[in-house]
Amino acid sequence: MCLSIPAKIEKIEGETAICSIGGSTYQANLLMLQVEELCPGDYVLIHTGFAIQKLDREEAEASLKAFAEFKNLNEQMDREERIKNQRLI
Amino acid sequence: MKYIDEYRDRDTVQALAQEIRKISTLRVKLMEVCGGHTMSIQKFGLPALLPETVELISGPGCPVCVTSRSYIDKAVAFSRQKDVIITTYGDLIRVPGSESSLEKEHAAGAQIRVVYSVMDALQIAREHPAKKVVFLGIGFETTAPGSAVAILQAYKEKLSNFFLFSAHKVMPPAMAALIDKGVKINGYIGPGHVSTITGKGIYEDIPKRFGLGVVISGFEPVDLMQSILMLVRQIETGHPRVEIQYKRVVKPEGNVKAQKMLEEVFEPRDDWWRGLGVLKKSGLKIREKYAAFDAEVNISSEGMVALREPKGCICGEVLKGLKKPEDCRLFAKACTPRDPVGSCMVSSEGACQAYFLYNRS
Amino acid sequence: MNDTKILMGHGSGGMMTHELIEGLFLRYFDNLWLRQQSDSVLLKLSGRNLAFTTDSFVVDPVFFPGGNIGKLAVAGTVNDLSVSGAVPRYLSVGFVLEEGLLLEHLEIIVKSMAQEAAKAGIFIVTGDTKVVEKGKCDKIFINTSGVGEVKEEYFAISSGEKIQPGDKIIINGGIAEHGMAIMAARNDLNISTEILSDCASLNGLIKEILKVSGNVRFMRDPTRGGLATVLSELVQKKPFGIRIDEKKLTVEDAVRGICEMLGFDPLYVANEGKVVIVVPASDAASVVEAMKKHPLGRKTAVIGEVTAEHPGKAWLETSVGGKRMIEMLSGQQLPRIC
Repeated sequence: MCLSIPAKIEKIEGETAICSIGGSTYQANLLMLQVEELCPGDYVLIHTGFAIQKLDREEAEASLKAFAEFKNLNEQMDREERIKNQRLI
Repeated sequence: MKYIDEYRDRDTVQALAQEIRKISTLRVKLMEVCGGHTMSIQKFGLPALLPETVELISGPGCPVCVTSRSYIDKAVAFSRQKDVIITTYGDLIRVPGSESSLEKEHAAGAQIRVVYSVMDALQIAREHPAKKVVFLGIGFETTAPGSAVAILQAYKEKLSNFFLFSAHKVMPPAMAALIDKGVKINGYIGPGHVSTITGKGIYEDIPKRFGLGVVISGFEPVDLMQSILMLVRQIETGHPRVEIQYKRVVKPEGNVKAQKMLEEVFEPRDDWWRGLGVLKKSGLKIREKYAAFDAEVNISSEGMVALREPKGCICGEVLKGLKKPEDCRLFAKACTPRDPVGSCMVSSEGACQAYFLYNRS
Repeated sequence: MNDTKILMGHGSGGMMTHELIEGLFLRYFDNLWLRQQSDSVLLKLSGRNLAFTTDSFVVDPVFFPGGNIGKLAVAGTVNDLSVSGAVPRYLSVGFVLEEGLLLEHLEIIVKSMAQEAAKAGIFIVTGDTKVVEKGKCDKIFINTSGVGEVKEEYFAISSGEKIQPGDKIIINGGIAEHGMAIMAARNDLNISTEILSDCASLNGLIKEILKVSGNVRFMRDPTRGGLATVLSELVQKKPFGIRIDEKKLTVEDAVRGICEMLGFDPLYVANEGKVVIVVPASDAASVVEAMKKHPLGRKTAVIGEVTAEHPGKAWLETSVGGKRMIEMLSGQQLPRIC
């Protein structure tokens, strides 16, 4: 029931939006959001038929970038540890 | 799938797990209070990735699980009225009442329909003007706004045959009550979608009163692992606070429009939670202005049976995180998803069912 | 069994169905053959080895993306025979029709059945038709029985009694397509999708498998209850365990999207064009190669193996490296899927 997933708005029709997830589309209700602030291409979180929040793309990109850096740092440290044969932290 | 797959990246998950292992020195118990988190943790098998020092406990985050047996008994009584159509989320169908369940009533001829959204129930009401359509409104602050939208819509359209039977509850009183009742945890993995609606302010009390941190988490494995890492860091540095891990969706102020809708339609009332008893101002009651849509006011529950709680069921203890499902003497023997005794076993978000399906060894 | 009435869960193919079979049907119908409890029963009749199966189709909606109840009926029965190692030969078809069913619709269904039978190289040789009043059945129900010939050396395939640790587990493609196509086709959800049911006769593909390996240990088609049900049934009370690698499982994006949205676990969703095969490790590569050459096997993959560890249990290594158990479905995920 807590299930929610990010879906992309394809088209807005009054109070509902046609949203797509992996090639399937779903008609979601927009009454919980400010429709004027939404446009096709935005991602929204759908929960029990409602779009409950717009996904913040910048935050998402920032977090994914941070993860990528974290992963790289981690791999780097693993390599260094292997070379020096000792724990760094 | 965008914004899902990236948060399921194996290498990121492994890197986060490694980092947790590196910095964790103290033995800690972290509790999640959201059914979606319980499911995700079990489905992705995350406990296997954590060091021994970090233990995850499931809390009362499953709306079906904390709902009283008498709610089902009343819904059953409603369903026995010939002109009533019960509409409900799928999870509720098999939950046992004192004597029967919605599934059994359906087999006996009651009109019970599973819907994915409350708006579907509204549509059914429009299509069946001669019937009384009752929607079983369970769920926390994520789901309650949907019920509010439906009532506001029904009010606008002057529908006379749509009713909500509210069992909606709010999270913070339960989170505080758990600590008051002596449950020993070191931090909360905060509910991601409740917080999408409410924002982070509702949790500020928890670090203040109890010295426990709350990290509001997303639902993908990367989100959960990062949240666990953030909590462990807070504990290791002695700096508990409310943080948002799920930044791409949770704003500090939440969804203000949804909050206003909740305010408009509902008011707080004391409510009973399985495992926690009666908590002040923890439930949502439909306001006087919208009483015409309140099932409890308008639908007869004649014939409702007396409450009977099952013997041996320790759902209450499991919901508080005091016991694990396998500690229950009924678990996997008398109580299985096939023949559930307690609601923790019926609900797809219940700790007992998650454990049964994904973790029994 | 505590129930006094039949509940929808009894038709799910999971635990409740099992209980109904063990608790009621087997009590009265008990005999050696029925106790085989496989997709098809293996019989000796006048010196010949036959496989015999029956199935009923109550799928709702009757027409769905990728097929209809008729195509499903023929393919489903052909598959029940084929996964037992049999060459399917003859089918019977019984129709129960609801008063008011459009003849035009019935013709589409019957035509599909003829086409599918021709594709599978089998003959529909006998049939029956009944009509019931409006409301007493939902448009059309179909019952089929099928008969085929099976070589003695394939007898162990349905039971999997020759399975050993080290054996590999293979499936011919993506899962959960049929169940989700049905789900999306039901009008009560505001979902539209391009997912097509994977409904197909597998006897051609299985013929290629048996050509390449004489040591196939086990085959089953993961219909109601999905892949998870086949695997968890397979390990029940056995001296071996199963390990599946989630990364090797194909779930198409469109299917995953709907599963995520509606809260279904693809492992438990029905398939109608898939077969799970267990073969010795030494045969795995050649079997996969042969399968990939066939149109119904392009996305064949080795998804796991049989192990001596954790006997009686099936474990899944999740896509992120975690671990969880694969259990049998208890209630119903989706009613009237086939």
